[in-house]
Amino acid sequence: MFEPFYISFKLASITVLILFIISLPLSWYLSQTQSKMKPFLEALTALPIVLPPSVLGFYILVALSQNSPLGSFFKETFDISLVFNFTSLVIASCFYSLPFMVQPLQSGFESLNKNMLEASYLAGKSKWQTIVFVALPNIKPALITAIIITFAHTVGEFGVVLMVGGSIPGETKVASVAIYEMVEIMDYKGAHIYSAIMLGMSFIVLLSVYTFNAKHKRKFGL
Amino acid sequence: MIHININKALHGVNGGMSLDIDLDIKQGEFIALTGASGSGKTTLLRILAGLEEAEGEIEVNNLFWLKNRKSLKPQKRSIGFMHQENSLFLNMSILQNLLFVQKDLDLALRLLSLTGLTELKDKYPKTLSGGQKQRVSLCRSMMRKPDILLLDEPLSALDAKMRTQLQLEILALHKEFNTTTIMVSHDPSEIYKLSTRTLVLENGRIIKDGKTKEVLLKSQGSQKFSFEGELLELKEVDVVIIAIVAIGQQIVEIVVSKKEAENLKVGQRVILGTKAFAPTILRPSQ
Repeated sequence: MFEPFYISFKLASITVLILFIISLPLSWYLSQTQSKMKPFLEALTALPIVLPPSVLGFYILVALSQNSPLGSFFKETFDISLVFNFTSLVIASCFYSLPFMVQPLQSGFESLNKNMLEASYLAGKSKWQTIVFVALPNIKPALITAIIITFAHTVGEFGVVLMVGGSIPGETKVASVAIYEMVEIMDYKGAHIYSAIMLGMSFIVLLSVYTFNAKHKRKFGL
Repeated sequence: MIHININKALHGVNGGMSLDIDLDIKQGEFIALTGASGSGKTTLLRILAGLEEAEGEIEVNNLFWLKNRKSLKPQKRSIGFMHQENSLFLNMSILQNLLFVQKDLDLALRLLSLTGLTELKDKYPKTLSGGQKQRVSLCRSMMRKPDILLLDEPLSALDAKMRTQLQLEILALHKEFNTTTIMVSHDPSEIYKLSTRTLVLENGRIIKDGKTKEVLLKSQGSQKFSFEGELLELKEVDVVIIAIVAIGQQIVEIVVSKKEAENLKVGQRVILGTKAFAPTILRPSQ
């Protein structure tokens, strides 16, 4: 009965993990660079916020389908199809939720005092050591915000998932798609239960983020 | 032995200028770097630390830190650097701030006790006063036992009493570890107390270089005392003219002749000097 929720959470967890790994160097670079490329990269990462999910879904379909170079390569080499399965959901979600991971991290890094970062370099620490031991621990609120919002946003996605993954039970049928289908077949009771769960969880997640951030601010003055 | 010969184009307040420094420093010297703001003092310090690029050469104890555009990263230079403020790692306790640089507990505890911070070692930077923070910063910059200690106006944000204490601690650490120290400062009394040699920078060039006492105890003409101040007002009282001058926090009145007054304009920087007289030193009433 609750399999769609399980798929939603599995998808969101994997997406958060992948996006964190990708976004850490990207957001650090964006926060430190004075390159002319910066606005270009920023616009590119922010695109998923403004694009209709159908546009994003369409392009991802085109790029991954078996007629595309990438899709045919994976089909021929590994006999893996990149669309209408769980893998395609992960790929689509990584594009869709990218700005929700990059932007909080970037503004967190930008808010750090330059002197503190320099002090770490002058202490002989590399960039990576500085990011892991100095930068990240000092932007905990931004870090928590990035992870939680990315997770919640991935759980809440609908359009892209439907286009790229369809609605295969146990494979690509996530909670939001399940609700859509319940409404279509007029199973209002099921839709009510699912929707209430989504609503309740989303609120609790957001509440805990804001509570944590307020507490952290009082404690460290960051 | 440190040899510096560098060049860097700067974009100052008054348009472009070039920082052009040729300098030899002996091991163990305490150098004060002074001059108007925008003259390139901080930039010179940052180039030495490897935080900014420059052309030329920096050689420290037979090791090239900069040569033929090849620059050693700040991480690889034996440098202690003390920022003006806000450089502590906020997520770490005082002791952790020191140990992050070098896992040398004995040295960390020794530094903390030299600066009277032992009791605060488990506190976090947020709970410290400005003076305490700078003390921690000083201790932390000594953790690598650096060849060169660079201090970028380290005490300018502190009140007078705290300054005096920290000056003594800086001097104590400088001697204890026998480092070569370069400090940017605007405060003549600080420079006098701490440094052995003073460099004055103007528009990216060293215009004075000598023993601190000789550079500071400059007196034009034969004045015994001279103070720089701002002329606030010229008041005509009967036959004389009274000039009102602000010197630091004090306002003083000086009688000038009509002829002298003709050359003065309100708002000008002026120097008040006097020749022979017997000065008395009084302690301010508490």
